[in-house]
Amino acid sequence: MKAVARCLSVGVLIVVAVTLQVSVFDHFSLDGVVPDLVMLMVIAAALSRGADYGAFVGFAAGLVLDLAPPADHVAGRWTLAMLLVGYLTGLARGDARPAPLATVLTVAAGVFVGNSVFALTGFALGEPGVHVADVVRVVPLAVCYDVALTPLVVPLVLLLFRRIEPGPPRW
Amino acid sequence: MHDEPPRSRVFIAVLLLATLTILTLDAKRSDGHSPVDPMRTLVATMLGPTEDATAALLRPITDLPAHFRRVDDLRNENDQLSRQNAGLRTELRTAAANQNRTAELHRIGAFGDAKDFTIVPAQVIGLGPAQSFTRTVTIDAGADDGVKPDQTVLNGEGLVGRVISTSATTATVLLIVDGDSTVGGRLGPSMELGFVRGDGSVSGDTRLTFSLVDDTAGMRRGDTIVTWGSQNGAPYLPGIPIGQVTTVRAAQANLGEIGSVAPFVDFSSLDVVGIVTRADAATSAHATTQAGAR
Repeated sequence: MKAVARCLSVGVLIVVAVTLQVSVFDHFSLDGVVPDLVMLMVIAAALSRGADYGAFVGFAAGLVLDLAPPADHVAGRWTLAMLLVGYLTGLARGDARPAPLATVLTVAAGVFVGNSVFALTGFALGEPGVHVADVVRVVPLAVCYDVALTPLVVPLVLLLFRRIEPGPPRW
Repeated sequence: MHDEPPRSRVFIAVLLLATLTILTLDAKRSDGHSPVDPMRTLVATMLGPTEDATAALLRPITDLPAHFRRVDDLRNENDQLSRQNAGLRTELRTAAANQNRTAELHRIGAFGDAKDFTIVPAQVIGLGPAQSFTRTVTIDAGADDGVKPDQTVLNGEGLVGRVISTSATTATVLLIVDGDSTVGGRLGPSMELGFVRGDGSVSGDTRLTFSLVDDTAGMRRGDTIVTWGSQNGAPYLPGIPIGQVTTVRAAQANLGEIGSVAPFVDFSSLDVVGIVTRADAATSAHATTQAGAR
């Protein structure tokens, strides 16, 4: 019963993050680049509970992002990117309480990996509209934007995840 | 990693396999249909209303900058008037093209008045991020309002795009600036046919490219491009202004020219759009002609 409630809470969190990213943060876009709120959430999940949990939340959040309107790319690209981001940042998680600087660096690395994996799958699948010039411009901008938002978003999401999943990691 | 239980590896492997399955299934889509589509519709049905409500809730706040901008407007009035003047000139050119078209169509007697269609108004409630490298938006009208895939979407300035998928209350629109978008375009002054392609560029000053079907035909700076329409008005109705040629360069191997086109629609500030849900005159007239020919 508790597991179901926890899954539901994570589901609600994912829906909120996707909605905010698509319908609210598009008003704060820098040259079309919108903060990767969903990815920050996945990274926070991984930081709070470790690699497996990060991968699981990444999988679920990426899938919603792949399927929610107005997505038009081949479904599974964000899923793969977020899954890897969740897993890798979870592995990078050190001891109980990471220093703020370490957290920011983890976020920067995670966002870079996530956006790059998404772009690379675009190249691999021959999706239209993915140009090297755009990737080179968009990815660093996204990393900067997300890092700037990290102090505002990540502690909040970490707190939420601690409330959803109290106690030591189970996996 | 000695202390890592084997269960964890299996779990990650299962997640990865599931992801690859979805990727493969969706990448193998045949003529626009994918096995993932039902899932897409399900998520759209659940998230569409949420996005709609959030956008509506936020509208007073997002309109605030526009309110403050009104002060600046006084200063910019001169600027605006000159732009308006240019717009009117453009309209005149488009009108000329449409007049040409109407005269021609009357001659073949295939179409009636192309303006006889039903437009469903809708508001943009979600925007795809640049990180996705696609240019799509969500609008708050869907299958319940009669919106179907492959319908034309326009606004006061010109062509916006076409509907690619719908849920009950929302629809996803592929903008003509998307790298995946190709629109049949007609040069206003010469009535020459060509194709307008989006370059998928995500930067602010969007440009489209226009190439003519006939290599020997030329285009000039300032020429207006309108749609030439497709079978039964889907996905694009004829005669909708797309943009204006800004620069012309020779194509590779000297085969014709390629024009850079500035779209009339400002894609960075899309708000209210219209979906053409019925184009009776065009379709029925066309249908009768076809039936009569048989």
